[in-house]
Parts: sequence; structure tokens; C-alpha cells
Amino acid sequence: MAALDRPELDVKEGVDQDTVDAVAKLSGKYKYGWETEIEMEYAPKGVNPDIVRLISEKNEEPEWMTEWRLAAFERWETMTEPKWAMVNYPEIDFQDQYYYARPKSMVEKPKSLDDVDPKLLETYKKLGIPLKEQMILAGVEGAEDYKEGERKVAVDAVFDSVSVGTTFKKELEKAGVIFCSISEAIKNHPELVKKYLGSVVPVSDNYYATLNSAVFSDGSFVYIPPNTRCPMELSTYFRINAENTGQFERTLIIADKGSYVSYLEGCTAPQRDTAQLHAAVVEIIVEEDAEVKYSTVQNWFPGDENGKGGIYNFVTKRADCRGDRSKVMWTQVETGSAVTWKYPSCILRGNDSQGEFYSIAIANNYQQADTGTKMIHLGKNTKSRIVSKGISAGKAQNTYRGLVSMHPKAKNSRNYTQCDSLLIGSQCGAHTVPYIEVKNNSSRVEHEATTSKVDDDQLFYCRQRGMDEEEAVALVVNGFCKEVLQALPMEFAMEAQQLVAISLEGSVG
Amino acid sequence: MLEIKNLHVKLEDEDKQILKGVNLTVEAGKVHAIMGPNGSGKSTLSYVLSGRDGYEVTDGEATLDGADLLDLEPEERAAAGLFLAFQYPVEIPGVGNLTFLRTAVNAQRKARGEEELSSADFLKVVRERAKTLKIDADMLKRPVNVGFSGGEKKRNEILQMAMLEPKMCILDETDSGLDVDAMKLVSEGVNALRSEGRSFLVITHYQRLLDHIKPDVVHIMANGRIIKTGGPELALEVENNGYADLLAEVE
Repeated sequence: MAALDRPELDVKEGVDQDTVDAVAKLSGKYKYGWETEIEMEYAPKGVNPDIVRLISEKNEEPEWMTEWRLAAFERWETMTEPKWAMVNYPEIDFQDQYYYARPKSMVEKPKSLDDVDPKLLETYKKLGIPLKEQMILAGVEGAEDYKEGERKVAVDAVFDSVSVGTTFKKELEKAGVIFCSISEAIKNHPELVKKYLGSVVPVSDNYYATLNSAVFSDGSFVYIPPNTRCPMELSTYFRINAENTGQFERTLIIADKGSYVSYLEGCTAPQRDTAQLHAAVVEIIVEEDAEVKYSTVQNWFPGDENGKGGIYNFVTKRADCRGDRSKVMWTQVETGSAVTWKYPSCILRGNDSQGEFYSIAIANNYQQADTGTKMIHLGKNTKSRIVSKGISAGKAQNTYRGLVSMHPKAKNSRNYTQCDSLLIGSQCGAHTVPYIEVKNNSSRVEHEATTSKVDDDQLFYCRQRGMDEEEAVALVVNGFCKEVLQALPMEFAMEAQQLVAISLEGSVG
Repeated sequence: MLEIKNLHVKLEDEDKQILKGVNLTVEAGKVHAIMGPNGSGKSTLSYVLSGRDGYEVTDGEATLDGADLLDLEPEERAAAGLFLAFQYPVEIPGVGNLTFLRTAVNAQRKARGEEELSSADFLKVVRERAKTLKIDADMLKRPVNVGFSGGEKKRNEILQMAMLEPKMCILDETDSGLDVDAMKLVSEGVNALRSEGRSFLVITHYQRLLDHIKPDVVHIMANGRIIKTGGPELALEVENNGYADLLAEVE
């Protein structure tokens, strides 16, 4: 009974009324489709060793970093784009992209809010970032002391290629936590970056990761010292603004022994006719007894209802559970992008380490998603759990692709996979491609998969009770996604519920 | 309250006429029962009134307090005060019963331009009404109708009815699949909702439900028409003699 006294618990049961209202207000269009007119500084189009050097120079990087990038570029030139994913898109001309863009106003630090390009501030406001964070992100000196509501989420924002600022830095420093842009980390913490960068996703890992290694312009860096619980949630907002600009962020998270951190990532981009490229790399290192929760709400522009424009999202995310009893939990809500190619993975190296993957992937109109996870069990008694909810509507194709691999030394390890697909309408597709490799005889792998349709009876039932068709779909779909929504931090859960509803608007009737 | 005139309905995908001129008037505060053999069109009538897809109205009209029901979307009919207690309540996995109820209540309030209920007020009302239907906190939290027994499903329908406070309630074979105790509970729930401004249309095969929910008027439906209308005694007649005599009388 006690639980019923707390209405906020309603969130966990499906759609909350507030969600439904918010959705109604948003009226069915991509919410983040605006563009900010800001004077930008661009590098010339295309990629070659000179551009790689230029990016390195703009970031004032040390020689070793420049060399690292150049080696990656050399490698990339020998590679070819992978074609195995179940996605179709016109060939990308990698030389017809800008690889570096940054707001001109960021060249020199503004002294007060008045000096900040108001359009940049407007952008943050639209993204729902509170004023104090806006000031800090805009780089206003002394903004840290500005008092506002006690909202304890530290934010790092990456606007096109450049990290524009990080909030709550001092408070985090007190705890010994380092949360800054990766370009700052390269300058100020080279020993950590040298030790860990590329140690989870090697430079040569795959086509997009290799390109990223050569041209990544910025991203976030997190280091949690031993036996430290990060005092607040850390969050990065990625925003692609400039046209024809590829975004290549690099995120590096290190959770030292016995530490804990929850990290959130949000992504948006303007609505454009031309497709844009996003190729990020996220590396997570989890040491002994440490735990990392990584949540993403990916809401890149998905293209319009005819399949024009949108973001091509080719992302490599991997966590290395190096230490014994380490734990990582990926939660992703993928609603945006025209094409998604993404498999957040866990290497369970330490004994008794655990990996979890919770995913909602929604594809509507002409969106294509090929996403899933890899659980590589190397250590003894390792455990993994995969819960994937794929929703297809319109003419979209949604593929779950997952690998569970039990190595010979991974004795007594276990995996549980649950893979559910929901179809809305009759022109979309759902595909499940599980790969399972078991190389010892004491491990156990379970795989369950279901495919269902949003049922007319369910919709009629909801409508007879007074909900309109879109509310009804949102309710049913949110119910379908419940287990994953529950895995998200509260603030994100609300946002995700709204997104689920918005992404599916117009998908029935 | 509810006025149905000369209602003709066929299946949308098939050339099959189901309702062949139904005339029915339910006055405010009254309980009307419709009885009839299988396939007489009773359930179709309830679906057509509430706006389910798959049917085509070829002639006639249906109004609720003067508003043309057949012109409205299902949710608009609901907001106008029409409620259907389903013969087979639908399961919605992952959606908590409370969330469902609250979304429905507030959707209707919003459609009528009323203020939404706050969480606290809503919970207070739900608990009170759930209690009389012997619906416990656990059942309120469970996903809508998932894993509910037949009796639980029907009680849940009545709880929804109690929360939505409709003007016109249609009960489609609410007694099917209920044991004696469950039928008593459900009937008590319905009787508690009887009021001057609220009417009921109770569709049933059997007289026994009408022992608990006493009707003012009983209609016999057969072959897409109402063939006989009378008082509660008509239900008893059917119980004793079956439909055969009545059908023969008409033909």
C-alpha cells in the first residue's frame, strides 16, 4: 500500500499523464529540428592527413596525440565500409563532409552572459538545460557560483565538434572526479588518456571507429577515483548543428576500483534534407568492484516521413569489465537517426563481472535500425542479461543483432536474452539475429524471442475509455517497453516515454 | 438519454446484414435489458454504439442526449458519457491498472474541458471505489487484465465504470464466466452506480443476472431486431420457456 502513496511511482507503470500532455503539446513534429544560426569556423571539406593535423592543432594537442591520429588515418585508408548490417543507404562520400566546425564565439572565453552569442544560449534553452548550466556551458567566468535550484546533474555539451563547457566542475573535483572534455583531458591528464584511450576499442577495430580515432574533435572524459561514488549523475548533450558536418565524438569513462558512476547521454540535431554522419566511439573501463551505468536517449533527426535527410548513426560503444566483480549496465532508447548501426557491448574479463543491456529501438517511416549488443564472457562466473525491445512502424526495418560468446575459461557463466519485437501496421519489418557461441560446458545461455502486433482490440479498448488513438498507441507501446524504461534514471525515463510517443505519431490510422 | 432509430448495420468486409432496423429508447435513470439467442446481434449493437471498426451503418441513427453518436470517434463517445463493459476485457501488458485508469479519467476530463484530477485526489477516489468491489492494492498495480481471473476482469470493468462515471452504461454479457459470488459482487457494484442521471443497457443470455440487477424494461432481440418488449416478467418467461415460442410468435 505504501507505494501507492507516492504518485511518482506511476512513471514506472507505463505512461504518466504528464507525458501524455507533453506529447500533445509537441504536436507530432521532431521537437529538436531547429537550427541555430551561429557563425562557425570550418576546416575545409574532406579528410586527409592535413585535416587530421589541423584538428589536432586546433585542440592544442601534444605530439603523441597527433601521431596517434595520423596512424589511425593511415589505417582507415586501407579499410572498406562494412556492408553486413541490414541497412540500405546511398553511398557516403567521406570527402564531401566537414570534419571540423566550431562556434566562432568559443575562440575566446566570454566574460559574462552578455558576451555570449545569444543564439548559443537559445539553443541550450531549447534543449531544456537550466540557466546556470547554460551560463557554464557558454563559458561565462564565475558562473559556477551562480545560485539556482539544486539540480544535481553535471552537464557537458558538445556543439558540433566542440565541447562548449562542463558544469559542476568544482564540486566534482572535490570528490576527486574528473569530468571534462576529452580535449582538456588530453592536455591536463595525458597519463590517463595515454593509458586508456583505444584500450577498449582499438584504433583498428572497425571502419567507423578508425575514422573516429583519426578525426574525433571532442567528447567527454570521466575518471572516478578508487572507492568513490560519483556525487551526481553526469550527462553529455551532443548536438549536431552545422550542415554537412560529420560529428565524431569520443567518450572515455574510467571507473577505478570500487567506484560508481551513472552517466547519461542525449543527442539531437536539426531537421535537414541532407543526411548527416555521426560516428562516435565510447570506451568504458570498469575496474575491480566498480560499477558504471550508461544511459542514452538518442534522438537524432530521423529523416522526414518520406525518408529524406536524417542522421546516419554509426557508433561503437564498448565497456571492458576488467576487474573482478565489476559491473556495467547499458540502457539505450534509440528513437532517432535515419540509419542506426550500434552495438553497445560488454567484455566480461574479470571473474564474477556482470554486463546488462536494456534497449528500446523505435523505427518509424523509413528509418532503419540494426542494433543490439555483444556479451563476451571471458572470466569465470560472469553474468549477462539482455532485454531488447524493438518497435517498427511505417515502412521501417528494425533488426536486433546480438552476440553472446562464452569463452573456454568463462566457467559457470550465464546469459539471459529476451528479445521482443512489436509491429505497428503491415509494411514494416522486425528481424532478430542472435549469434551464440559457447566454448565450455558449464555455462548456460537462454534466449527468448517474441514478435507481436499492436492489437486493434487493445486500441479500441483504450479509446472506449476515452484516450485518442495516439495516446492509446503510446500507452500500449510504453507498456511493451516497461522493463527497459524502468532501467533508466527517473528524469530520462520521463523523456524517453515522451519520445516513444512522439516517434510513433502518425503510425496508425 | 439513448435513442436508437431504425438502425441497420452490416459487416464492413462482408455482405452480411446484422442489425435490421433496431428501435430502442432508454430513458434517463432506467435499466433496460436485452436478451436474445446467440447471433441475434446483441453484441454487435454494443460495438456499433461504442464505435468499433468493422461495421457499416447502412441506415438509421443513434443519439445520446441528442448528440449523434455514429458521427463521433470512439473516444468522443466515451467523453460524451458512453461506457461499454466488455464481454472479453482486453489485456495490456506492462501498463499498470492505475496508470490506465488515470490516463482514461484525465483524457475524458480534458476532452470535456474539465481540470485533470491530481494524483492524490485520484488515488483517494480509486481506493474507495476499489474497496467496494473488493479490488485490492495488488490488483490495481498489476498490468491491465493480464493474468486476471474471469471474475477479476469483470470487477475491473465495473471499477473503470465507477471511475469514469458515464451517463450511459452498456454491459455486454458481464455475467459470462462468473460464479455466483463474483456475479453478486459485480451486480452490487453496478447497483451502487444506479442513479437518476445514469442509464444502463444490460445485455445478457440469462435471467439470473437480472435477479441481481433489476431491469425496468426487458427487450428480446432476434435476427437483428427487437421482437418483443416488456417488463421484468418477460425475462422470467424466457427463462422458463426459452426463445422458441417468442420466435414462433413473430414469424
